[in-house]
Amino acid sequence: MVSRQERQATLERRREAMAVMAAAPGETLMQLWSSAALPEEAETLRGPETGLVTVRGRMGGGGAAFNFGEATVTRATVKLATGEVGHAYMLGREKTKAKVAALVDALRQKPEFETLIEEKILAPLRDKLAEGDAERRSETAATRVDFFTMVRGED
Amino acid sequence: MYVAVKGGEAAIRNAHKLLADRRRGDRSVPALTLEQITGQLALAVDRVMAEGSLYDCGLAALAVKQARGDMIEAIFLLRAYRTTLPRFGYTRPIETAAMLVERRVSATYKDLPGGQLLGPTFDYTHRLLDPELAGDSDPATPETRERESEAMPRVSDILAHEGLIEEDGSLPENREPGDITREAPEFPMDRDLRLQALSRGDEGFLLALGYSTQRGFGRNHPFAGEIRIGEVDVEIDVPELDFPLTLGRIRVTECQMVNQFKGSMKVPPQFTRGYGLVFGQSERKAMAMALCDRALRASELGEDITAPAQDEEFVISHADNVQATGFVEHLKLPHYVDFQAELGLVRQMRREYEERRQADAEKPQRREAAE
Repeated sequence: MVSRQERQATLERRREAMAVMAAAPGETLMQLWSSAALPEEAETLRGPETGLVTVRGRMGGGGAAFNFGEATVTRATVKLATGEVGHAYMLGREKTKAKVAALVDALRQKPEFETLIEEKILAPLRDKLAEGDAERRSETAATRVDFFTMVRGED
Repeated sequence: MYVAVKGGEAAIRNAHKLLADRRRGDRSVPALTLEQITGQLALAVDRVMAEGSLYDCGLAALAVKQARGDMIEAIFLLRAYRTTLPRFGYTRPIETAAMLVERRVSATYKDLPGGQLLGPTFDYTHRLLDPELAGDSDPATPETRERESEAMPRVSDILAHEGLIEEDGSLPENREPGDITREAPEFPMDRDLRLQALSRGDEGFLLALGYSTQRGFGRNHPFAGEIRIGEVDVEIDVPELDFPLTLGRIRVTECQMVNQFKGSMKVPPQFTRGYGLVFGQSERKAMAMALCDRALRASELGEDITAPAQDEEFVISHADNVQATGFVEHLKLPHYVDFQAELGLVRQMRREYEERRQADAEKPQRREAAE
């Protein structure tokens, strides 16, 4: 029997995989997808379709929620012949990217593909995102002010 | 009475054709690409997203191009587009404390945890036109510095320990945030709805109002407690999955304005706060928004309402530049029949006026004649 903890860990891995694909540039995901040569057959249950979400903020940063603007989101749902259902939700209007992300989400539920997808798609995407963030951080860090105090008079 | 008038179709068609030609400009110059607009006119794109209230760089760049750089026209195009899309839901509130920070400054604390990060700012430039940019300049790659990443708590949380600053701002428990895109505005308005309206409000209008509070019209002694710009995750709960989905990241600007406050019948002396949150890199707008948010909290804090920036109905009803431009610009559309009616009325009033004057002029003569 699958323990609660294991189920939680599986969910967390799936959540993280979907987040990585959503954040990735469409072009990169498409390249990795084609080179991974995974099966593409699936029934499309929904979309890919583009719509809006209303983004919420918090008063003062941490207070009560308020609606502050909308963003475009594209979503897709696919079903494999073996029954696995894959979902994708991501900012933007890239329909092919959403379709592919939904396929990957469905395929990685099959044990025979999970490791392959991790190695060929998710790990490279994660690296690319981390690299971009690190670069951004170090560029910002170079603009950090180092205050120094001028000592006046003698002491 | 409405009178149907036909005609003008050919003129309109040709005018739009002419517009398309003028928009393209000199054909020997390459056309602008959307990548050039999002990459090199990024702050124009950000303003269109903020006031169009739709986060999508590609669409905002297209709108800027289509509008020939007319910002309000571009904002109008984006607003019109959003009405064609279905709505999938509301996100979880973004966590600005967990932002991937690109700029963060505080005017109240020099040595705050996480430091002062200037980022890509116009501040401290000399505002001298740079002739080099007129050509195809190739700037040096930015400097980098490796540093342990540090937590960057919000300045408001640092002051909170002493109890000298008010909390973030609350609404009754379990209250669903209001949505001005769904409900007609009613006054008095709660702060959540005001913040939504201010966030999409016209930068120029809010800037002028914020400025007016500094010049003494509803003065509230502001300090820029903190301004931060960077990317935050957007998360949403969807019925088909039992965990929150991360949709990706958006860039926002947040401003925490801290205001000295001498206290009132309702509230003891302390620092009060105004909040600004805007799509994209929009520091001026976020600051102006925070000043206006604070000014509009006058009645909540027991202050006298004496200035335009404190008048909720005045500020909120006039902050939206799409509504404003619609009403102002409709004046140029044909009003021939209205005007004919007014013309008839003015002619009649003038006739009556002349008759009255004539009668008044004749009266003394008659009196003289009687004497």
